[in-house]
Amino acid sequence: MGEIVLNRITKSFGDVSVIPPLDLTIADGEFVVFVGPSGCGKSTLLRLIAGLEDSSSGAIRIDGKDATALPPAQRGLAMVFQSYALYPHMTVRNNIAFPLKMARMDKAAIDRKVEAAAKVLNLTSYLDRRPGQLSGGQRQRVAIGRAIVREPTAFLFDEPLSNLDAALRVNMRLEISELHASLGTTMIYVTHDQVEAMTMADKIVVLNAGRIEQVGSPIELYNRPCNRFVAGFIGSPRMNIIEGAETGGQAHAIGIRPEHLALSTDSGHWAGTVSVSEHLGSDTFVYVQVDGVGTLVARAGGEFPVRHGDRVWLTPQPDRLHRFDAEGKAL
Amino acid sequence: MARAATNRRKLVLTLLAWTVGIAMFFPILWTALTSFKTEAEAIASPPSFLAFHWTLENYAEVQARSDYFLHFMNSVVISLGSTLAGLLVAVPAAWSMAFVPGRRTRDVLMWMLSTKMLPPVGVLIPIYLLFRDSGLLDSRIGLIIVLTLINLPIIVWMLFTYFREIPGEILEAARMDGAGLREEILFVLLPMAVPGIASTLLLNVILAWNEAFWTLNLSASQSAPLTAFIASYSSPEGLFYAKLSAASTMAVAPILILGWFSQKQLVRGLTFGAVK
Amino acid sequence: MATAHSRAAARLTMAPAVVLLLGWMLIPLAMTLYFSFLRYNLLMPGTEEWIGTLNYQYFLTDPAFFTALGNTLALVGGVLALTVCGGIGLALLLDQPFWGRGIVRLLVIAPFFVMPTVSALVWKNMLMNPVNGLFAAVARGLGLQPFDFLSEAPLSSIVLIVTWQWLPFATLILLTALQSLDRERLEAAEMDGAGAVDRFVHIILPHLARAMTVVTLIQTIFLLSVFAEILVTTNGGPGNATTNITYLVYSLSLLQFDVGGGSAGGIVAVVLANIVAVFLMRMIGRNLDL
Repeated sequence: MGEIVLNRITKSFGDVSVIPPLDLTIADGEFVVFVGPSGCGKSTLLRLIAGLEDSSSGAIRIDGKDATALPPAQRGLAMVFQSYALYPHMTVRNNIAFPLKMARMDKAAIDRKVEAAAKVLNLTSYLDRRPGQLSGGQRQRVAIGRAIVREPTAFLFDEPLSNLDAALRVNMRLEISELHASLGTTMIYVTHDQVEAMTMADKIVVLNAGRIEQVGSPIELYNRPCNRFVAGFIGSPRMNIIEGAETGGQAHAIGIRPEHLALSTDSGHWAGTVSVSEHLGSDTFVYVQVDGVGTLVARAGGEFPVRHGDRVWLTPQPDRLHRFDAEGKAL
Repeated sequence: MARAATNRRKLVLTLLAWTVGIAMFFPILWTALTSFKTEAEAIASPPSFLAFHWTLENYAEVQARSDYFLHFMNSVVISLGSTLAGLLVAVPAAWSMAFVPGRRTRDVLMWMLSTKMLPPVGVLIPIYLLFRDSGLLDSRIGLIIVLTLINLPIIVWMLFTYFREIPGEILEAARMDGAGLREEILFVLLPMAVPGIASTLLLNVILAWNEAFWTLNLSASQSAPLTAFIASYSSPEGLFYAKLSAASTMAVAPILILGWFSQKQLVRGLTFGAVK
Repeated sequence: MATAHSRAAARLTMAPAVVLLLGWMLIPLAMTLYFSFLRYNLLMPGTEEWIGTLNYQYFLTDPAFFTALGNTLALVGGVLALTVCGGIGLALLLDQPFWGRGIVRLLVIAPFFVMPTVSALVWKNMLMNPVNGLFAAVARGLGLQPFDFLSEAPLSSIVLIVTWQWLPFATLILLTALQSLDRERLEAAEMDGAGAVDRFVHIILPHLARAMTVVTLIQTIFLLSVFAEILVTTNGGPGNATTNITYLVYSLSLLQFDVGGGSAGGIVAVVLANIVAVFLMRMIGRNLDL
């Protein structure tokens, strides 16, 4: 069904290579998130799959068929754009109906499908409005509606939540996850936000400078990052990285996540001074200036009453230590 | 105190601005007034401003004597025809420049603009001879062809600047939705660009309506638009001020009104988007 | 940012416009170039023969050419100077608060929409005519001798007419640019102790530089080929006093039917325009961010 296979795909603009040879298989029905810092090539990769850009070499197979040279419309994919890309001159109804009209579907069937999609997305009472009269979240839903009526082989999302405010983003995240659960269709989702990646993905693809750094489930990436880049990118606050004498000679650098550092006000492995403490109620993040090591962040569950200037001690959980070699690879 | 000073300043500025405005407009106003005078009153000395015998007979006579309406229609057909033909060619070109820009897009745009700088006399003779030999001389279709070509660069440029403001993602969405090139342009781009296309149309109708090199040189009696028709009044036997004024007023009024409506777009269009 | 499909489509959609303009530019220009090396007179058909550069020698040594060149420069330069300076003045005035701004604005831009033949006829007959014109009537009313504009100062009169036509254009563009000037910048300058003149020289003028460039550029394109105004008012006379290059080529070709000579003149006009164009395109290229 919706299996997508990228085989030695590359992309360069002129002499600039954006994506070096890349292989990736996305299984049918999977929710895959491409995540990485801006400029890592994740959007380009999505546009290659969509057919909005040509790959420089390599092959793309969608649903078992070679799609490398197919124009976007014939790939059977639907895309939700960052700006939603709604047609401003058409009503919501016509926006959603547009792909069906382009497919020369008969009018009764179009109406039926549009009504059904509107119902799923709570858009029924907005069908005769224009995009300009809708809120950000509603526009987002229209864009999704336009995508689902086509019953595509796979959905492509290009940072779809980045234009929404924080509260709405959490809501839409849930809606998209529910949509995936109910449709069971392959979804490829691009974001720079690791929280979105962790919460939504079956499989995360971490990209950096066009290369795939690691592919795996959210928990795999969290527990066993294969290099310093992934270790730093997944998890918030970032993993603490310590180089030098403290590594004990077995590794070039060691890493420890803030939640795996035990905080104490009387004793521990490293002693230091609190520079900043953030009290969230549910958690406390403490930035500690450790003597001879540098700043480490520790996370305590619940309230941990320290202030700037207090002396604290930190102790890493030994089984949660990550070791990296000089190239940054995990040992 | 401050209020009074501001008001006095505003009064002075108002007087000054209105004086300048009326001075600029005066030749047009004077022509319009004269068109309602009798020939004798038109050249009376001292001239009368409003206290004359108002009459419409000049308008009737201009129509009766020289078939004004034919030339008016020529102007309409030629300016509208050339603009529509230009849009037909320019819309696809501007689409590609705005949404599929390549390394040479900028050069092509500059080159198109440079064809506007080709002095018309440089090609007057060949065009004249080609038109004579192919029967296009003094024909509406011939003038439509020439005016389409001379205004094409401006139409492309204007459309390009308007298209450029439309987010490309929307056209990509249409492509994903299965729209072919024709559908993408017809159903998505054009409806979104209606304001830009309307002002392009308006400005180019105005430019074509007032074009007075090719229309004077390539038309005679049959296809002459108003520019050439009016020029025939410069010969001495045509010197009837009131009738000249009536003909001029009719030639200028429609385009002046169009122009007033399009003054905002005018700046943008004529400066190729460099001044907004 | 595109695919092979869309690039192919782009070439296809661009083709008609490019081919048409290329044809419009190259075919007639090549013919003009060819004719310019012929003895070719429409009144003596069948006598065409190759005469090399003779047409150019005649055209370039004809005193009429130098007069026309001078007239062209005077016309372009004169109108440019008047419209840019006048336009700045008018734009500053129209930018002030006063009653009826919208209407005054409409009155000021109106002349731009008047077709050249009409404005030439109206100025020539109704205003400048030494017997029946309004200016003459006013002069007589003041007890002065009426001035015969088009005989006594023909070129200046044409400059005046063309300026009247183009002043609205310059005003409108400079006004638009002026209105995009950040008011706070002027207020900041005022706080810094800059007087009205200082503000004009150091803040307003630099802000208008780009618009002034654009005005100069676009007007030059049109002013180089002023034709109808001359044809209608003076027919290039008296003598050659108001003949510009455009009119000279027209009169050689279509009044004296000397296709060869006219073509040589046309080519000279193209070369001259190109010299100006290269200069202008540099300027516009810098001022239009693509």
